Amino acid sequence: MTAITVRSVSKAFGPVVAVDDISFDIAAGSTTALLGGNGAGKTTTLSMLLGLLVPTSGAITVLGEDMIRHRYRVLPRLNFSSPYVDLPHRLTVRQNLTVYGHLYGVDHLKARIAELTEELELGEFLDRAAGKLSAGQKTRVALAKALLNTPALLLLDEPTASLDPDTADWVRGYFQAYRDRVGATIVLASHNMTEVERMCDHVLIMKQGRIVDQGSPVALIERFGRDTMEEVFLDIARDRQHPAQAEP
Amino acid sequence: MSSAGLSARRIAAMCLRHLYILKGSWPRVLEMAYWPAVNMVVWGFTSQFFATTSSWVAQAAGVLIGAVILWDVMFRGNLGVALSFLEEMWSRNLGHLSVSPLRPGELVASMICMSLIRTVIGVLPAALLAIPLYHYSIFDLGLPLIAFWVSLMVSGWAIGLGVSALVLRFGLGAESLAWVLIFAIAPLAGIYYPIATLPGWLQPVAWAMPPAHVFEGMRSLMLGHGFRADLLASALALNALYLGGGVVLFLRVWQGARVRGALLNVGE
Repeated sequence: MTAITVRSVSKAFGPVVAVDDISFDIAAGSTTALLGGNGAGKTTTLSMLLGLLVPTSGAITVLGEDMIRHRYRVLPRLNFSSPYVDLPHRLTVRQNLTVYGHLYGVDHLKARIAELTEELELGEFLDRAAGKLSAGQKTRVALAKALLNTPALLLLDEPTASLDPDTADWVRGYFQAYRDRVGATIVLASHNMTEVERMCDHVLIMKQGRIVDQGSPVALIERFGRDTMEEVFLDIARDRQHPAQAEP
Repeated sequence: MSSAGLSARRIAAMCLRHLYILKGSWPRVLEMAYWPAVNMVVWGFTSQFFATTSSWVAQAAGVLIGAVILWDVMFRGNLGVALSFLEEMWSRNLGHLSVSPLRPGELVASMICMSLIRTVIGVLPAALLAIPLYHYSIFDLGLPLIAFWVSLMVSGWAIGLGVSALVLRFGLGAESLAWVLIFAIAPLAGIYYPIATLPGWLQPVAWAMPPAHVFEGMRSLMLGHGFRADLLASALALNALYLGGGVVLFLRVWQGARVRGALLNVGE
């Protein structure tokens, strides 16, 4: 079963083509990474999947709905987290979760907030202003906001950016457990190759707005004759030929 | 509960978001009431002085105080809408809102609700203060006061939506428009003087603006010439036009921001 279908999607900002005729499918219940260097088109692609950005051409279907025409049918069933988009600083964590809970139409909201508070260990700072939290605490709050509506599709932009290794590891483990428990689909844009190897079933590698390669991390590593996804990434970023395919 | 595609629950959620801020910051609430009160006090004493030297002002005690209070209704109506939107930009929260089920129309509705609350908090204390200070109660205007209040607030909403659209289009560099733009209208609104005072060529421009009709109507009532239903009707018709224009402009700029990719990259 497919959660996301992208067909011949392009996005141009004036003369600059940010995404150039990409097509791919993402299986329901999978975790897929969008990889690529800065300016490769990852965030643009993620924004189009969210309906935040209108493609110049092409079609996007998310959870069975046309994302360009009927995004409001899909939005209650997905959620999003990014370290580059804040929650209101002056509101406490509890107030933020209450407001977003109402926006997403979450039933039994108090119970849901209590549940997330326990799971994500928010109790210590639940009534503290969001602007006064540490990076790790902010990430946990953003995670709670992203999970409030128990989304069937979770889109994550660099979910562990600026986190210490311990917190980052905890966050990855939480996402995996959530996916296994709910059967959710996760799409993430990341620069952290360890994260991608650990979390993802499938990887889409982007460069200059195009998808230049894709497959499971294991398959990509094997195809490139490398030991890690980091080495695969560097090969693609630096236009090095696949060592496995290079002539002697 | 949904009506015409708008969800009362989501509109209430956005109002709650702003009420939390007000609840957590008494200086903000105090500031809302502070400026209208100070403005009214200054004009109250000016009015008392003029009343002894000007036969025009003496005819209608409180004509200037009433004008000041009603002008603040329009000013606060504008600020209430624009500040609710600016708050989302300042806190870089627009990205989260844009991918939530909140529709742009619901965002507009919540901004208007918050404007109503902010205006009442801001203007009501000034109106009440005028009673013991100057023995002038704007509530003596009776039912027409409601009509004037509504009309001026709708004008403020239209301007606030226009300002919000410009800020969304051109970024936070344009945020000062929330305070500045409305003052460009003030000289043409006839707040403190009849529209006939303006040069002939400028009068049609003034009459194209709803506040000119409201303040002219207020003076007519206070100077004993009776309630002018024609002025109120024209103010309401013009307001419908301007508010419709403000909503359409905001929604079009919002859609344009989705095309330009501006909704994720806004903030300080």
